Amino acid sequence: MKPPPFEYEAPTTIQEVVALLQQHDGEAKILAGGQSLMPLLNMRFARPTALIDLGRMTDLDYIREENGAIAIGAMTTKRSVERSDLVKSRQPLLHASTTWIAHPQIRNRGTVGGSMAQADPAAEYPAVAVALDAEFVIAGPDGQRSVAASDFFITYLTTALKENEVLTEIRVPVLPERTGWSIQEVARRHGDFAMVGAVAILGLAGGSCESARVVLFGVGATPQRATSVEQALIGQAASEALFATAAEKAAEGLEDTISDVHASAEYRRHLAQVLTRRALAEAAERA
Amino acid sequence: MATMKTVRMKVNGVTHESEVEPRTTLVDFLRGPLALTGTHVGCEHGVCGACTILVDGRTARSCLMLAVQADGAEITTVEGLATPEGLHPIQQAFIEEHGLQCGFCTPGFLMSLVELLSENPDPSDAEIKDVLGGQICRCTGYQSILKSVHSAIAKLRTAGVAAQPPLA
Ligand SMILES: Cc1cc2nc3c(=O)[nH]c(=O)nc-3n(C[C@H](O)[C@H](O)[C@H](O)COP(=O)(O)OP(=O)(O)OC[C@H]3O[C@@H](n4cnc5c(N)ncnc54)[C@H](O)[C@@H]3O)c2cc1C
Ligand code: FES
Ligand code: FES
Repeated sequence: MKPPPFEYEAPTTIQEVVALLQQHDGEAKILAGGQSLMPLLNMRFARPTALIDLGRMTDLDYIREENGAIAIGAMTTKRSVERSDLVKSRQPLLHASTTWIAHPQIRNRGTVGGSMAQADPAAEYPAVAVALDAEFVIAGPDGQRSVAASDFFITYLTTALKENEVLTEIRVPVLPERTGWSIQEVARRHGDFAMVGAVAILGLAGGSCESARVVLFGVGATPQRATSVEQALIGQAASEALFATAAEKAAEGLEDTISDVHASAEYRRHLAQVLTRRALAEAAERA
Repeated sequence: MATMKTVRMKVNGVTHESEVEPRTTLVDFLRGPLALTGTHVGCEHGVCGACTILVDGRTARSCLMLAVQADGAEITTVEGLATPEGLHPIQQAFIEEHGLQCGFCTPGFLMSLVELLSENPDPSDAEIKDVLGGQICRCTGYQSILKSVHSAIAKLRTAGVAAQPPLA
């Protein structure tokens, strides 16, 4: 198990990255933390002609608050997100979701941009991005554009990033007032990819659900919004009973539920309901 | 063959400069040209943790890094832990508390614990388990490793030393 040969480039500006991508005409791969790409290279599932290493792009490593959002550079590691006081206080869901990802040894190198671009259906960050309406800033030959999370994740391991584009920043809105959140997942061992996970964000006003967002991961090709659960909650008085009936709808509208050696589709649909109920209850407590 | 690259890195305090093929993983570079075979290779996809080393003081899977990515970095491997005066307190604790049987996983466990205990000399069991969860041991059942960690914490405290000396 050794990687096939490739050329190696370590650019230091976005312009160079884009120029190198164009030069290799779709045959190059961007290397960020390498925690997903290196296994693919070692197993020869990927055979790029060149790797464009963003490791020297130190100006893509930052976390700052800007216009009501936490702006995170694509090369920021999960370790930095996990330890950021800004993230802990202004976007605690992002902090909590980070602790579910792999192990400290992996979070030291794995980046935020890498997890988003990899778009693993069982990954935490894409689900959190969809739940929070994050925005993706992308640089390419035609300059900069931005894409909403709901349009970024297209299918398994596929995003809105085009061949010669690079993700530069993720903007995650800060958590509004009186809003509770929760992330729940079931995995074989802590740190493994989730079999199923649920993210809930609940806004309460006078004991009633003013806003609700529920996103499931590990069930389909991309993070899935459980819109029937959300609709069953809006305008209703928050209670354990409400959360239980609303969560029963979690498996509704799930298309092509994943079925593999880790869990059958049926078990995943069951987990989707259980985790949704737990997530709603915890989010309500925090609201 | 792809264009060769020159890499320069400090490994356990010694600077090495070498020509490498870009596809050479860091672990193969350490075990091959540098003959530092203390770092083990298990799965080569990041899961087992046998290849864990310190890159600029932080744990990394050396099977998931290219040697070229470590250009300019300071690396510590298990060979960098003991001194002529004796074993590192964490190593000593593993021996006393039976933290190893076959020893294949041990270098990775040691390096992960060096990072943990240098950042947090008094971790909770939950914090210890978070780190141990990233390392696979198929022999011990982990209980003796957990005991070794507690013993190492006590040894470091008594000796009044940091788990990891500051990088040069
Ligand atoms: C043992 C282990 C356990 C793991 N467990 C989990 C888990 O529980 N949950 C989870 O979510 N992840 C998990 N991961 C994956 C890990 O989080 C990876 O770090 C992450 O998926 C990829 O980030 P990276 O920076 O390493 O990217 P890389 O591996 O370097 O790149 C991944 C892909 O994204 C592309 N890419 C990277 N950055 C950019 C960019 N800025 N612009 C455009 N394209 C880009 C690359 O070309 C590549 O195709 C695990 C990994 C390991 C090894
Ligand atoms: S050999 Fe690197 S993690 Fe298993
Ligand atoms: S001692 Fe044998 S694998 Fe850990």
